[in-house]
Amino acid sequence: MSKMVTLSIDGRSVTVPENTLVVDAAKMNGIDIPVFCYHPKMKPVGMCRMCLVEIGRPMIDRATNQPVLEDNGSPKIQFSPKLETSCTTPVSEGMVVLTRNDKVEAARKEIIEFILTSHPLDCPICDKGGECPLQNLTMRFGSKEGRFLFDEKMHLAKHVPLGELIWLDRERCIQCARCVRFQHDVVDDPVLDFHNRGRSLEIMTFSEPGFGSYFSGNTTDICPVGALTTADFRFGARPWEMKPAASLCAQCPVGCNLEYTVRREAKSGGATVIKRALPRQNESVNEIWICDKGRFGYHYTQDPARLGQPLVRRDGELVPVTFEEALKIIAEKAAHQPFQILAGGKLSTEDLAALRGLAQESGGKAWLHTYMSGGFTPHYGLSADANLGALGQGDAVLVAASDLHEEAPIWWLRVKQAAERGAALIVMNPRPTRLKKYARHVIRYAYGEESLAVAAMAEENLALAGEEIRAAAETLKSARNLVIFYGSEGLGLTGSKGLEQALADLLERGGFTGRENSGLIGVWHAPNLQAGFELGLPPAEGLADLPAGGVLYLAAADPAGDDPRQAAYFSGREFVIVQDLFLTESAKLADVVLPVLAYTEREGTFVSGERRLQRYYPALAARPGLKADFALTALIAKSLGYELEGRAASLALEKLAASQPAFEGLNYLKLAEVHEQWPQVGGSDLYYGGTSYANRQGLGKHLSRAAKPEPDAAPLREGIRDVPKNALRLVPHTRLYDAGSTFAPSRLLDQRRARRQLRIHPRSAEPLGLQQGSQALIELEGAPFTAEIVLDETIPGGTALYPRSLGVPMNAPFHAVVKPVFDKSAS
Amino acid sequence: MSHILLRHRDIPDIKELSVYRANGGFKAFQKAVTTMQPGDVVNEVKASGLRGRGGAGFPTGVKWSFLPGNLWPHYVVANADESEPGTFKDREILENNPYQFLEGLMIAAYAVGAQEAYVYLRGEFESIYRQLNACIARLEEAHLLGDQLFGTDVRLRIYTHLGAGAYICGEETALLESLEGKLGQPRLRPPFPAVAGLFNKPTVINNVETLTNLPPILEKGADWYKSLGTEKSPGVKIFCLSGCVQKPGNYELPLGTTFRELIYTWGGGLAEGRRIKGIMAAGASSNIIPADDRALDTPMDYESVQQNLGAPLGSASVIILDDSVNMAWLVAKTTHFFKHESCGKCTPCREGTFWMAHITERMMGGKASPEDIDLLKNVALQMQGKCLCALGEFSTMAVVSGIKHFRPDFEAAVRGGGKAK
Ligand SMILES: Cc1cc2nc3c(=O)[nH]c(=O)nc-3n(C[C@H](O)[C@H](O)[C@H](O)COP(=O)(O)O)c2cc1C
Ligand code: SF4
Ligand code: SF4
Ligand code: SF4
Ligand code: FES
Repeated sequence: MSKMVTLSIDGRSVTVPENTLVVDAAKMNGIDIPVFCYHPKMKPVGMCRMCLVEIGRPMIDRATNQPVLEDNGSPKIQFSPKLETSCTTPVSEGMVVLTRNDKVEAARKEIIEFILTSHPLDCPICDKGGECPLQNLTMRFGSKEGRFLFDEKMHLAKHVPLGELIWLDRERCIQCARCVRFQHDVVDDPVLDFHNRGRSLEIMTFSEPGFGSYFSGNTTDICPVGALTTADFRFGARPWEMKPAASLCAQCPVGCNLEYTVRREAKSGGATVIKRALPRQNESVNEIWICDKGRFGYHYTQDPARLGQPLVRRDGELVPVTFEEALKIIAEKAAHQPFQILAGGKLSTEDLAALRGLAQESGGKAWLHTYMSGGFTPHYGLSADANLGALGQGDAVLVAASDLHEEAPIWWLRVKQAAERGAALIVMNPRPTRLKKYARHVIRYAYGEESLAVAAMAEENLALAGEEIRAAAETLKSARNLVIFYGSEGLGLTGSKGLEQALADLLERGGFTGRENSGLIGVWHAPNLQAGFELGLPPAEGLADLPAGGVLYLAAADPAGDDPRQAAYFSGREFVIVQDLFLTESAKLADVVLPVLAYTEREGTFVSGERRLQRYYPALAARPGLKADFALTALIAKSLGYELEGRAASLALEKLAASQPAFEGLNYLKLAEVHEQWPQVGGSDLYYGGTSYANRQGLGKHLSRAAKPEPDAAPLREGIRDVPKNALRLVPHTRLYDAGSTFAPSRLLDQRRARRQLRIHPRSAEPLGLQQGSQALIELEGAPFTAEIVLDETIPGGTALYPRSLGVPMNAPFHAVVKPVFDKSAS
Repeated sequence: MSHILLRHRDIPDIKELSVYRANGGFKAFQKAVTTMQPGDVVNEVKASGLRGRGGAGFPTGVKWSFLPGNLWPHYVVANADESEPGTFKDREILENNPYQFLEGLMIAAYAVGAQEAYVYLRGEFESIYRQLNACIARLEEAHLLGDQLFGTDVRLRIYTHLGAGAYICGEETALLESLEGKLGQPRLRPPFPAVAGLFNKPTVINNVETLTNLPPILEKGADWYKSLGTEKSPGVKIFCLSGCVQKPGNYELPLGTTFRELIYTWGGGLAEGRRIKGIMAAGASSNIIPADDRALDTPMDYESVQQNLGAPLGSASVIILDDSVNMAWLVAKTTHFFKHESCGKCTPCREGTFWMAHITERMMGGKASPEDIDLLKNVALQMQGKCLCALGEFSTMAVVSGIKHFRPDFEAAVRGGGKAK
């Protein structure tokens, strides 16, 4: 507990922790001091001078070192001759702060006037108009009339692309440097800076592509004026035309809290549509940030290619029918058949529970569509009051087989910050990643040896281990908490299972299981795989593992799209049902295709990788005729004579909570609980958080710890047999901007999207005749493909990396012969 | 009397190392390194009463003693940014008597335990930069810089850095930012450079002239130095005299010399038939002082100028203005300068200098109205006390004092526009 300091602000006695800045001390006590450059998530800079206040301190007699007293015995206060910036001044005992006397009010008016001399005041055509701190503070403190001659205002470029995502209006910029500081200090992508000086000071970017950062959109939130806007939203709507709706990001397992703002518009044929995604504050999940994938990734939910009507196969063709017809056909064909179900990690918890229920009722089985293993996380994962934001000095974080910056950017940020607070970061990966810079220990292993490396650390089989492993093991011995992230770099299901078990063992042996802020976190490739593991669904990379025969029911899973060779598993089934947003490759092979509501059109919950159960709310009304997945599954069940909860998501969760111990005691009301968070954002003052939203709809709750799983006896390693001669080892890795069906429709990111490239060390490429930028042919039995060669010195020898989701039909490492594709025109 | 700082005026070839050494050069440094503890050097400089010549007049020895003994390394940075209009003293030293300056820098480094010292030069000092690099190379050859100096464990290296031409980089924290390769903008204080300066380490920043005083102080002792100048402002100062005088230039005189003596005895007085009208004592950053007898008889030391005339002596860049000068024209010049040089970090200075420049341009362009005079004054007053660094405050001095003492000039400018000079 830090020492407390008592001071007086506007005559009120307040007590705050020492080192608190005066501006924050005031805010904590309901007194707003206007700010522009200050932001509580960043170090103060004292640039804008908006927060000037009058400050007095008790006078000390130099001779006696005692406070000088007034006649009435109270300490004599000496006021500084100048006003002081409250954003840079820490509180001190006995301090007297005056925030609303004439002197201070005059200073505010004067600073606003100064800012407005160079500001275009084009609020009526400004995106920020209506939610702009400058506008609000001008209304509150500004002068009624301007003394600066309008003709002498400077005119600057108003549409400056800082890359294709973020646009700058130079006239509106008030040089507060929040954007610059955010990029340098918060997310360590120092791609923005000031250029020039004085009134010519201007923001510039020097990355290629411009403003190259996965976090760029956050600057548009914290920019206190309309100088920074996203290409996605600019000129899209006025703030007051839109309604906010609380939601979650569905792009990765972090579970960032979002607010969608929606409006009904003629442009969209009179429909209500999502106009933008903004962060919603959850200090234990995403604070007030989101990554650009989350901000721009929602477009698939309103893509025109979405299915609106069920399809059934008649004479070999899929033809539209009504839901009644489709259900009737299902009732006929599927009666008394076991359902073999493949369920995707984008489904809600309730959806997954319903699918599991149908499988059980029908005597079949539901599988989780994943190339990552996670059966150990319900026991070894986080629970209770775990918070990555509380990790610091004395704690340890291990990141294994994950390029966290690409796989889950906000976790990358949270881990970076934990390291900056003093947590010991151990990074294990076969090649360097962005986290290396913050790591105390960096452990390199060969692809495929991940579990061996962990085992060496856990078993203190240190004689065999390298120096880094020994040093890391030493660090773990004294750690108070250990949080472990594991990803899927170079791993398929088998290797992932091996790694997961080795990591669980590491936690166990180190005595970390059950500690408050310790546990295992899977960096999943979908937002809600965690729920699947909590429900005990066995993982399946594709259809090969599912028993033949019976009804095949795919929900939010497209194995044939991932790998054309999976089509073979569709034949030989009695009946195939595909439930999805789009007419996927798998849907094209189905007997019945059922469209569903997007998650933005319904209620539900996701379990984040940190095992936090969180609610999302409908941002838009349900599309007529369509249903949420769980409701549709319940209808199918009903048509077959089984009883499932399909009335409301809240009831479905209650039912689950009654039977699944980890969910015990949780319900929709509990998930909607909020408590006060610091910093306060999203108030009408808009001083601090910019356009981040306050969280009024729920912070979610951790699941409780589940029973301990049984480990597999044999160590699991990715089986690599029958290596062809001259073959390279090809390993998958994840890129944030992928080409998956729930992200590809965000066309704005096309230029930055990963391409089908093979990253390879120049020394491995040379003997194979592979050159930078050339096309290579990869001989994969049954599915050969080509890829562009990228030479990259960070890739281990004999290995080539391919990005997931870009049409390489493999989830796990494999060996293949790679040859140049000869340019026919050249011969 | 022979010069103490501008010694090249007495010994023409002193910029040659051999000549400098033949005239006692580096004896003081050798004495310090071989016979004195660093703390003794600090005490000697404290006792001499030497005050910073960069403008603020802070006692040099006291400043050195602020460096914490438990945080290392320490750095010393010589401020050779000399960009104040009307200031050209450091340049004369650097061009003609470079070794005395370097010796001073080396003494300062020894005193605070720095093993690396930097010279930050204004961007336009390119030829000085080259000459200084050559001098440093020669000192290394002569083993006056490097490891194991005079057979002791003391080592020292000096690096030079050429700025990109910005007045603000003379402000010590902006200088440090620029030296670190960043945009030259002042830092927030605290922490002060003495605790967290260059590369976040304890750092002393001293002006070129300040440092050039050190070799003679160590050589001849604090008492000798104190015998020069006044009690509170001991020693000699180079006064940069410019403007409407017959013999502008640098004059090395004891602190406490009167304006009258500088202007008339040394500077040859004004042109035939011209009357003195105003004085700026600290370059463009000055108040414009009405040049009455009281002003002319004021001794130029840090206390007297402030007490008698309400203006700082600053870097003692004395600009003389005669009756041919319209002060509104002068103020238009200074506001233009500050608008051009404001770093833009803080609102009042960035916007205020810009606004003031607009108003004065309007005045000079004959497009102003009488209310603009008060508007100009109000903008300046409204900047005061709010800026992040002193530059913004400096920019208001000439404006406020000019309008206060010479309002008719402004009224004439409003009426006559560009014709007024
Ligand atoms: C805007 C501004 C410009 C300055 N320019 C210079 C300069 O060119 N040279 C200099 O020595 N000091 C300059 N100073 C003063 C320095 O900040 C600092 O006080 C000085 O270098 C300290 O050295 P001293 O103690 O030896 O005087 C400037 C200060 C300000 C606010
Ligand atoms: S663009 Fe916005 S955040 Fe960046 S400096 Fe300008 S006003 Fe501040
Ligand atoms: S970090 Fe993950 S959950 Fe958060 S916004 Fe980005 S993609 Fe969405
Ligand atoms: S006062 Fe002027 S020079 Fe100093 S920080 Fe502010 S803008 Fe920069
Ligand atoms: S100076 Fe305090 S908010 Fe900008």
